[in-house]
Amino acid sequence: MRFAQAAGGRTRFRYALERRGVLAALLISPAVLFIGVLVGVPLVLAVYLSFTDATAGSLTGKWLGFDNFSNALHDQVFREALWHTFLFTVISQAIVIVVAGLLAHALVRSFRGRWLIRFVILLPWAAPIALTAIGFLWFYDPQASIFTWILEHVHLASKDNPPNWLGTPRAAMSSIITVQAWRTVPFATVIFLAGVSSIPQEVDDAAAMDGATGLRKFWHVSLPLQLPIALVAVLFGIVFTATDMVVPYILTNGGPFNSTQVLTTWAFQTGINAGNIGEGAAIALFMLPLLAVVVVGMLFFARRAEVT
Amino acid sequence: MSAALRHKLFPYAIAVPFAVVLGFPFLWMAITSLKPEYQVYDPTKVWHFHPTLASYGFLLHHTDYLRWVRNSCLVGLAVVVITLVVAMPAGYALARLAGRVGRTLGVAIFLTYLVPPTLLFLPLSRVVAQYLHLSDRLWSLIVVYPSFTIPFAIWLLMGFFKTIPQELEDAALIDGCSRIGALVRIVFPISLPGILTVVIFTFSLVVNEFVYAITFISSSSNRTVPVGVPTDLIRGDLYNWPGIMAAILIPSIPLALVYNAFLNRFIAGFTGGAFR
Repeated sequence: MRFAQAAGGRTRFRYALERRGVLAALLISPAVLFIGVLVGVPLVLAVYLSFTDATAGSLTGKWLGFDNFSNALHDQVFREALWHTFLFTVISQAIVIVVAGLLAHALVRSFRGRWLIRFVILLPWAAPIALTAIGFLWFYDPQASIFTWILEHVHLASKDNPPNWLGTPRAAMSSIITVQAWRTVPFATVIFLAGVSSIPQEVDDAAAMDGATGLRKFWHVSLPLQLPIALVAVLFGIVFTATDMVVPYILTNGGPFNSTQVLTTWAFQTGINAGNIGEGAAIALFMLPLLAVVVVGMLFFARRAEVT
Repeated sequence: MSAALRHKLFPYAIAVPFAVVLGFPFLWMAITSLKPEYQVYDPTKVWHFHPTLASYGFLLHHTDYLRWVRNSCLVGLAVVVITLVVAMPAGYALARLAGRVGRTLGVAIFLTYLVPPTLLFLPLSRVVAQYLHLSDRLWSLIVVYPSFTIPFAIWLLMGFFKTIPQELEDAALIDGCSRIGALVRIVFPISLPGILTVVIFTFSLVVNEFVYAITFISSSSNRTVPVGVPTDLIRGDLYNWPGIMAAILIPSIPLALVYNAFLNRFIAGFTGGAFR
């Protein structure tokens, strides 16, 4: 110690670096600083803006209290957007759970051609969604839709009255839900697959020895063991579906007649296109309760996963 | 059918139909991209047509496409560097040094990854314009993108660093290495495959990003690929569909190949971050 003091600041600094706590704080602080400035500050600003009448071109405005929120809640378009967000998220993710669950159980086996099948299944996740969504704009084209062409050839659609994929409210909602499910399946599949593969062979053998087979084994042994990891993937899917705007923005931009308007596209149109930043921020903030629920769920399942 | 055969066919029965559904859009994109532009709407030319690379030529020589690719790559590389410099030390400290507090902090940092751009883009658009004076510049994206790449990278790196045996570092410390020295000389080199995984997935997050890019950038020459294609490849109401399909496939295929190559490492890091 005496030596360290005599040797001056430089050495003392080096000694400090050998202490776990000091070094850890030093290594973590840039990340905390970066995230605080780029996520924390804008989040606080978003809350502040939502209480003001700020418009494009400024970051300040007159204090309005809860006016933006109550205006939003009384607005028919906003209420429908909330409902559409719910439908868009729940239906697409329900499809994802079923498809990804089946795929994970098939892909956990080794079979010829698995590499190729896995490659094809990964494509919708690896390709930038803003780009593939434009691809679907073409597949849903009113005059030359390939889906219509296929349906006509298996006699599920007639030439006189072809489906208008993005042109009528109900069809448009189904179309964007399909694309969202399509893009989310690969990620859920690989995470589910990790969950299925993490079950040790001994557990499988023990279950078989005790006479558990088929659905019983799945329900009582496999499912509980893979559930924590799978649920994290599901929560991810929910967050990234409810808070993302790429698919509805590109395919329908909320139309026709606001029938596919979701929270995010409505916040974008109000805040950026119409220039009412305060009101847009208030609309976007309605995502926070959902995020809170998901965060609590994630913390819960993350702990469960650690125990098992 | 015997039970053994059924057992053998099960994966095909499930995986092949779904793979066809998931992959078909890409097949149809590829076919459309090879069609002459005047034939795309012709119902008699759905499968029978004269393939041509004309749309690829048009895309590369007569649009800003290559510039958008260059912009995406530039932003991607810059963000990858910033992310690694900030996330590697933090990921290591959270995995090894900080103990219980570290685990809580690790989860907290990861949760910030869930705060969506759609919630932050309105205030950030004003901050970028008024305080940073970066409107319509690639720098605005380079500054803002680490806000989601850093939490994501820290999460993956924590998973990778935890798999390195503590004994290796202890040996280095006994041999007279400082902790930082052990980090730079032992831990980082061993984690190279994990770090490479982070590079690839960070880069692809950047190439994918849409909301900030469409909000901050206003001129065609500064756009990134995912924003340039939907906004500028459409002239008035005229869609050059074969060209657009080519523009989708060009970045998608290489990304899919690297995803495939690094997938197992990604899963290991992703599920290992805080669950182990």
